[in-house]
Amino acid sequence: MNSAVIVFPGSNCDRDLAVALEQVIGRKPTMVWHQDSALPDGTDFIAIPGGFSYGDYLRSGAMAARSPITRAVKDAAARGVPVLGVCNGFQVLTEAGMLPGALMRNAGLNFVCRPVPLEVENSRSLFTSRYDAGETVVFPVAHHDGNYQADEATLDRLEGEGRVAFRYLDQVNGSARAIAGIVNDAGNVLGMMPHPERALEPAHGNTDGRRLFEGLLETVAA
Amino acid sequence: MKARVFITLKPGVLDPQGKAIHHALEGLGFSGVNDVRAGKLIELDLAESTSDGDIEEMCRKLLANTVIENFRIERLEQVA
Repeated sequence: MNSAVIVFPGSNCDRDLAVALEQVIGRKPTMVWHQDSALPDGTDFIAIPGGFSYGDYLRSGAMAARSPITRAVKDAAARGVPVLGVCNGFQVLTEAGMLPGALMRNAGLNFVCRPVPLEVENSRSLFTSRYDAGETVVFPVAHHDGNYQADEATLDRLEGEGRVAFRYLDQVNGSARAIAGIVNDAGNVLGMMPHPERALEPAHGNTDGRRLFEGLLETVAA
Repeated sequence: MKARVFITLKPGVLDPQGKAIHHALEGLGFSGVNDVRAGKLIELDLAESTSDGDIEEMCRKLLANTVIENFRIERLEQVA
């Protein structure tokens, strides 16, 4: 699998994602700078990392969503290339219009940084095939703007179409219907606030995140 | 030519920052504040040829996230 990790000024989880991908896939991802306008030929998986791209100026993810590389990511996603956006990556995906809704300031106004239990809502997506539906996993969160909001019709549609991938089991940030991660209608783009790449090896506290990358590898390689 | 763009949260969208400001005002002893909504003001210095449509497009494409925000454009007359 040829993976690419997009790097914006202010990304700070790009190396975490790169380490996770290399561990699971066995190949280093290509780090792609935000001003590049094309992805490497043959890229079959794209990860958009967490962090504070462009200092969260204007709105979290707003600038990154309009950068040259994001146009290339959009085109690749339209061709069916799987895209994972974690934390700031999720914010970028909503700002780019690749996922519905928006991520607003946490309801409690505090930066939330702790491991949180999540329910895997849908195990049929290409990102969650290695999990059981209804299973509880624990991933760390670290965000200030993780409060997922969309209008009622959009929320109903996401739920009705089985596009909620992960839900918080605790009150974390005020997200509508406790949504922690969603997929697009084609099923190849996942945005999530919790960090699966920070739950990869025993030293992290748990290894629940590992199966996300394993499932992805299996699907992409198939 | 100068223009101001006012960006506000759509009605019904929860505004945690507005809520915190509201609480702080009450904490300072100001009574009678029914609600607080926080927004943004962006000032643009534009070429004279910039049309209303251009500014609106700037708002839709970048300045506002129309999923959660409304915008209002105010053109400022040139001060002689």
